[in-house]
Amino acid sequence: MYETSYNRVSSVTEAATALDAADDPKILAGGQTLIPTMKQRLAAPSELVDIRQVDELHGISMQADGAIRIGATTTHAEVAANADVRAQLPGLASLAGHIGDPHVRYMGTIGGSLANNDPAADYPAAALALGATITTNKGSYSAEEFFTGMFETALQENEIVTAVTFPVAQRTAYAKFPNPASRYAMAGVFVAQTPSGPRVAVTGAGQEGVFRMPAMEAALAENWAADSLGSIQPDAQDMLADIHGSAEYRANLVNVMAKRAVAAA
Amino acid sequence: MKAEGIGARVLRKEDNRFISGKGNYTDDVVLPRMGHAAFVRSPHAHAKVLGVNAEAALAMPGVDAVLTGHQLVADGIGNIICGWLVHSKDGSPMNMGAWRALEPEHVRFVGQAIAVVIADTPQQAKDAAAVVDVTYEELPAVVDSLAALATEAPQLHEEAPRNTSFDWELGEEQQVADAFANAAHITKLDLTNNRLVPNPMEPRAALADYNSAEEHYTLYTTSQNPHVARLVLSAFYNVAPEHKLRVIAPDVGGGFGSKIYIYPEEIVCLWASKKVGRPVKWNCDRTEAFLTDAHGRDHHSHAELAMDADNRITALRVETTANLGAYMSLFSSAVPTYLYATLLSGQYDIPAIYANVKAVYTNTTPVDAYRGAGRPEATYLVETIVDKAARELGLDPADFRSHNFIRSFPHQTPVIMNYDAGDYDATLSAAKQAANYADFATRKAEAAARGKLRGIGLSCYIEACGIAPSQAVGSLGAGVGLWESAEVRVNPVGTIEVLTGSHSHGQGHETTFAQLVAERFGLPTDNVTIVHGDTDKVQFGMGTYGSRSGAVGMSALAKALDKVEVKAKRIAAHLLEADEADITIEDGELKIVGTDKKLSFTDVSLAAYMAHNLPEGMEPGLKEGAFYDPQNFTFPAGTHVCEVEIDPATGKVEIVQFVAADDFGQIINPMIVEGQVHGGLVQGIGQALLENAAYDADGQLLSASYMDYTMPRADNVPSFKLETNSTLCPSNPLGMKGCGEAGAIGAPPAVMNAISDALGGVEVSMPATPEKVWRLAQAALPKQAAE
Repeated sequence: MYETSYNRVSSVTEAATALDAADDPKILAGGQTLIPTMKQRLAAPSELVDIRQVDELHGISMQADGAIRIGATTTHAEVAANADVRAQLPGLASLAGHIGDPHVRYMGTIGGSLANNDPAADYPAAALALGATITTNKGSYSAEEFFTGMFETALQENEIVTAVTFPVAQRTAYAKFPNPASRYAMAGVFVAQTPSGPRVAVTGAGQEGVFRMPAMEAALAENWAADSLGSIQPDAQDMLADIHGSAEYRANLVNVMAKRAVAAA
Repeated sequence: MKAEGIGARVLRKEDNRFISGKGNYTDDVVLPRMGHAAFVRSPHAHAKVLGVNAEAALAMPGVDAVLTGHQLVADGIGNIICGWLVHSKDGSPMNMGAWRALEPEHVRFVGQAIAVVIADTPQQAKDAAAVVDVTYEELPAVVDSLAALATEAPQLHEEAPRNTSFDWELGEEQQVADAFANAAHITKLDLTNNRLVPNPMEPRAALADYNSAEEHYTLYTTSQNPHVARLVLSAFYNVAPEHKLRVIAPDVGGGFGSKIYIYPEEIVCLWASKKVGRPVKWNCDRTEAFLTDAHGRDHHSHAELAMDADNRITALRVETTANLGAYMSLFSSAVPTYLYATLLSGQYDIPAIYANVKAVYTNTTPVDAYRGAGRPEATYLVETIVDKAARELGLDPADFRSHNFIRSFPHQTPVIMNYDAGDYDATLSAAKQAANYADFATRKAEAAARGKLRGIGLSCYIEACGIAPSQAVGSLGAGVGLWESAEVRVNPVGTIEVLTGSHSHGQGHETTFAQLVAERFGLPTDNVTIVHGDTDKVQFGMGTYGSRSGAVGMSALAKALDKVEVKAKRIAAHLLEADEADITIEDGELKIVGTDKKLSFTDVSLAAYMAHNLPEGMEPGLKEGAFYDPQNFTFPAGTHVCEVEIDPATGKVEIVQFVAADDFGQIINPMIVEGQVHGGLVQGIGQALLENAAYDADGQLLSASYMDYTMPRADNVPSFKLETNSTLCPSNPLGMKGCGEAGAIGAPPAVMNAISDALGGVEVSMPATPEKVWRLAQAALPKQAAE
């Protein structure tokens, strides 16, 4: 790890000020991606601004319209265990309960995961499938606006994610095929029956990060059943390929995981 | 059975410190004024080194020195040795390219050390190493051993034409050819044994301390054999004479073979400590471990098996190309030859065997012994081709194996080994019964109803352990003897210290060696301390590898205990005024048989040291040592049965049942043996399903972290069913055979045969990754549906 300085802040305003004052800062929340990256000397921020103790960024609340608002520094374990999430969005609770390992789930945060937009992370699939709204200290984004490419988001420099709001959905489920080594998703599919119809989002498989599957959504709109997905799968040309699986294999996994998610929802 | 003697499940004495964080590992040792080393490593798999400019690094804060290969060579530090001389079939000795601890001119694998930075902190050293400016001229690289044999392949070493170190053979080629000419059936197989990275929990580390006043060095290091390290450092690397070099291997967190060798980093730390006049510590990070710990396996083989009309195996012919990596590591020549081809008879009575092995340099990390070392490669080959032959002949794979088993002992194989004892039917039967082999068809049908492909696979393995009879290995080219030593020091109060040349890095010697003492004298194991891992404390010994600590190390201890027992009985007989032959030792007391006259062990040891009343002419004290040189290898063997279910939609393989029925001879602590078997099985399953050191064509290691190198985890393996069915080893006093490597040797073919069975008999290569299995399952499904 390269030398860095550490600054724990207690409010979003304080965090914003600290970020603006630093040369090359990074926001630290759960640190489950950032710290290992720094240990491998692949990141060298001049200053870490730790927002983990900022009360206003933490916690889960049900909104009047039934939507669930999750503060940015809420851990995966907290999301997985939350009674409202489990009742309203069981697919989201299940997703959070299967991220990484227990250590990651008790430290890692939803805001950190979304802001990093790792192409193999789980949360982006839920956010996109459920049409979540990502709120920051400067404004808000729809999930479609927010995820702009692999490790890329619409966030401006030093913009702080403060919360994510998931609207209601009648049915939700997530199925993933984990990479055998890293246990990140090789293909993770979140399906949701929403008031505006079925939505299907895929993580882990695509070259550009999380994406929706309109053909699957149309098939599910006709008949919400695993069989209606038939052999619908993404174009292998758009899929990732690495030593763990070819693009063709990942395209197959998207189909299989989508069917399993629908069957579970 | 005595409460803490042979056969007792005594809890591991060492675990108290390990699980409470109180172990003392090399990195825990802190010395005053200690500097830290960071290595400058080649990012290229093959390149000329045109220059090393350390100016910017030397100007960095805290930097003490930047040392290079030219300085190392100028100071007379010797090249890294290979400790076993193998000859090609034409009689010429193996061709060794020079391996320098810091390479001044020509790097041959990614991660090879070029220079070292010594600084006040590890961070400063790493920061400075990153700015050492090395100028390279990149050369084309070759990573696959078969490709390296091609005439147009890049050449690594001038000394080794066509990248070949040796072209070795074993067995009678003509006899085998004759058998094939008369065969009723021939089974052919092409097989790759995938390259693995050992991954002990504790990465390597070294702390070297040169004392200029005494001209003495101390090296703390992660070694499985500190005395061998001292010998090699002294005799070949010219660091210091042996009496001026102390090597301490404190607590060591796993080795699996990878900590046998003396690597460049340890040599450089010793040399640098004198150069910079301060202790020098190096701690390997995990990526460095992936790049520089000796890898394992990496064979390509073609094999042919001949059967007669009665389905008896008449001959086996094997052509193997073994990847050495860029340099020959310490045991690298022995692993694909004398530790491999000598086991090609398996458990079978095969009259004729011929093996030809080419050992080939490539631009990859050096390959050496890794848990099993040669024997997993032999077992995978034999058990795969035997399975394939049974399938081709339409025979039950268990019946075909049993039909060809060796049943009389001793049995001389055509490939050097003389099997001394075994009962292969017993372990096969035990395994089949535990696995409910007979009822597999029901389970397969039930799985099919759930959409799963279920398969069952066998592996009847044999290994040669208890390494090794010194004269025998010497005649085959070994540079050392492979005996072991022990010293038993009885203290005046009757407590005991055992000094052993074996080294424990996870095996539980502090418990099992103490159990041997408990068995002999009826003392609690708490009265016994096992001392190991320090050349200043312990007499010369050969260390731990090749499942040798029980069969060889404990045999040495048994011999030393014999001597202590004789002397103690003499003293007791003298004090009790009885005949020595009438003295027995039990429950910590020396008794006259058939009477109530007795002395405690403490009384006798105190008498030995008081020396007020000893038998005429007896020396005071109670301390005895012994060296034990085995007469033969030991031959642990057994049958593993693996049952898998494949999800055809994803290719994911789940191991739903795994049975290991092993013959380890005498077992000292069943709990520890089970732990050894569990660990070995998990590593074997890891090789079969998960692990693979993958290189790209340029020689970059693609799986150089846990993000890409798939370590087996708890949810990859089932709860194992273990059976032991023991025949005693006749060649050592305890009847022990060894258990440390069996799991890693037996498991891979059992898993692979099960997968093959599930997929209708197709050949599958290791590791059986989900995609590979998915593609085969897609092809197999319509076929199975049609059947």
